[in-house]
Amino acid sequence: MAGLLEVKQLSMDFGGLRALDRIDLQVNKAEIVALIGPNGAGKSTFFNCLTGIYVPSSGDIYFSRSLNREKERLNGLKPDKITRKGLARTFQNIRLFSQMTVLENVMIGRHCRTKTGIAGAVLQGRSSRLEEKQIVDDSYDILIKVGLENMVNDLAENLPYGAQRRLEIARALATEPALLLLDEPAAGMNPRETTELNELITMIRDQGAAILLIEHDMKLVMNLSDRIYVMDYGKKIAEGNAAEIRHNKLVIRAYLGEEFDA
Amino acid sequence: MPGFSEIKKAFLVSLWFIFLTFPLMVIRINPYENLVSYRWANLFLVGGATFFLSLLSDFYQLKKKETALNNIARPRPKFHLHSRFKRPLAALGGLLIILFPFFFSSYQVNIMTTALIYVVLGLGLNIVVGLAGLLDLGYVAFYAVGAYSYALLNYHFGLGFWTVLPVGAGLGALFGILLGFPVLRLRGDYLAIVTLGFGEIIRLILENWNEFSFGPGGIADIPRPSFFGLQMSLTVSTIYVYFLMIAFTFFTVFVVNRLQNSRIGRAWVALREDEIACQAMGIDKTRTKLTAFALGATWAGMMGVMFAAKTTFINPASFTFLESAIILSIVVLGGMGSIAGVIIAALILILLPEYFRAFADYRMLLFGATMVLMMIFRPQGIFPGHRQIYRFSPERGVEK
Repeated sequence: MAGLLEVKQLSMDFGGLRALDRIDLQVNKAEIVALIGPNGAGKSTFFNCLTGIYVPSSGDIYFSRSLNREKERLNGLKPDKITRKGLARTFQNIRLFSQMTVLENVMIGRHCRTKTGIAGAVLQGRSSRLEEKQIVDDSYDILIKVGLENMVNDLAENLPYGAQRRLEIARALATEPALLLLDEPAAGMNPRETTELNELITMIRDQGAAILLIEHDMKLVMNLSDRIYVMDYGKKIAEGNAAEIRHNKLVIRAYLGEEFDA
Repeated sequence: MPGFSEIKKAFLVSLWFIFLTFPLMVIRINPYENLVSYRWANLFLVGGATFFLSLLSDFYQLKKKETALNNIARPRPKFHLHSRFKRPLAALGGLLIILFPFFFSSYQVNIMTTALIYVVLGLGLNIVVGLAGLLDLGYVAFYAVGAYSYALLNYHFGLGFWTVLPVGAGLGALFGILLGFPVLRLRGDYLAIVTLGFGEIIRLILENWNEFSFGPGGIADIPRPSFFGLQMSLTVSTIYVYFLMIAFTFFTVFVVNRLQNSRIGRAWVALREDEIACQAMGIDKTRTKLTAFALGATWAGMMGVMFAAKTTFINPASFTFLESAIILSIVVLGGMGSIAGVIIAALILILLPEYFRAFADYRMLLFGATMVLMMIFRPQGIFPGHRQIYRFSPERGVEK
């Protein structure tokens, strides 16, 4: 099976510190893959390398929107170019545009799929008017999808926490990603919100996008994931489905520490 | 009721103010007779007034806090003009604007024209600072670029106002991009420092490169804007320039208004809110920043041409840091990203010092006091910018 995303021997050094050590990873079409590991394992660094916020020290990232197309190398591309290619993300600590409305936050996501420039905005010819209307329509549709349609005109900062997390997902969805990267989407959520999130992620997958998520909520991870990668100290220590991971010795050691025979 | 702590605070405030204003309000030096007189009555006046004002402001803020607590769940009711009054009010406003120059002296018309120039400058800077969130302290440099391009092109090649206007705008944009490139990676304070330096560089070049810009002496006899080659008396010309500025203001408001709720405008605001998230959403940071710089500078360039044509004389002294600071104050005082706010603030900030001339020495003091009071009571600006509201009907017709 060929993957949408293929990461080969990816390493990232910060000065003398090796934050990522030759990571291999693959995400296939319409698959939910989880990336877990103790704090400081390098999961978020990995995300930042994928999305162009960091330029990896070595290794390759290959990605393509669909399987029919040739994969492109993403290393060193700017974040906005990578998003344009179909790889969107959310952030561990929520980074919404807090002084903009909920709808506008999603509309920003449509930016890279639309093209009205300064002249179009000022003259408001037919095509730019239609495009603007399309942006509003599409964004509203996405908000319905994540269940935020009653808050369109609220400022993002006034939303309850769970809704902010969902808005981040909505905003990322607006960029039409083939692969969605979720960085701890359930962090700080109550059980009900987590269940809703579970449904939302499944729905996104069912509509065709692949998902790579970092998450500490093991119940959610075990429920959702088709495959799981485990990282510790910048290295990949295990990979497999939920049952395999649960019984993997290395994983247990990474989370619970060495067994000690007295 | 004010408690003991409030009274104590008010007392200390009044003491501090007495100390601060002592040299200005109490001591009077008469240089002709070598006499120093002390006006002790003023001391008590200042003390009493500030004591009272301090108590009043405490009371006001306490009340504000109470109402804020009461309204915590309820959104603040928005001020909405009833649509029935909108048209007559607009008509009345239009009539006032048209009749103004015919009922007031040339002096008044001139002041108003200057104020309008600042309105447009404020709206231009509002793109950079208010929308895109790039703190630009050297905005006046682009203003200077526009003014000197008209003055010099006219001096050397005899080009007229209408020819140079687009050239000035273009040169402004070019300099905006020139400044934009090196500062792309800077934000906040660092950006402010670099732009401040840029503004000073332009001014110093104009001051010292005599062969190019005629140095501190400036350039005189710049022709006023022409109207199909018609000869105009000074009074008529003043009125003509006034109407030109009115047209410019409307044009700018029109453009900025359309821009700020467009795809580009939203990208600016998103850039202001969170740069990293903005890029992660597929917005080209470089391009978005440069467009903001270039567009802001375009307006400064155009107003520079206008300014040179209006005053017919320019020299580097017109383009000091103080100008940048005033334009920035207009944006901040008016409310970041708010068109109406910027217009009102520009009119207040430019007209107030003019009409305060009656207070002679105290006019800058009053000006400062006005600003301080504004920042205490309305730190978000006169009309804080607000975001576009969208309404959706069940059958999904979108309206704004």
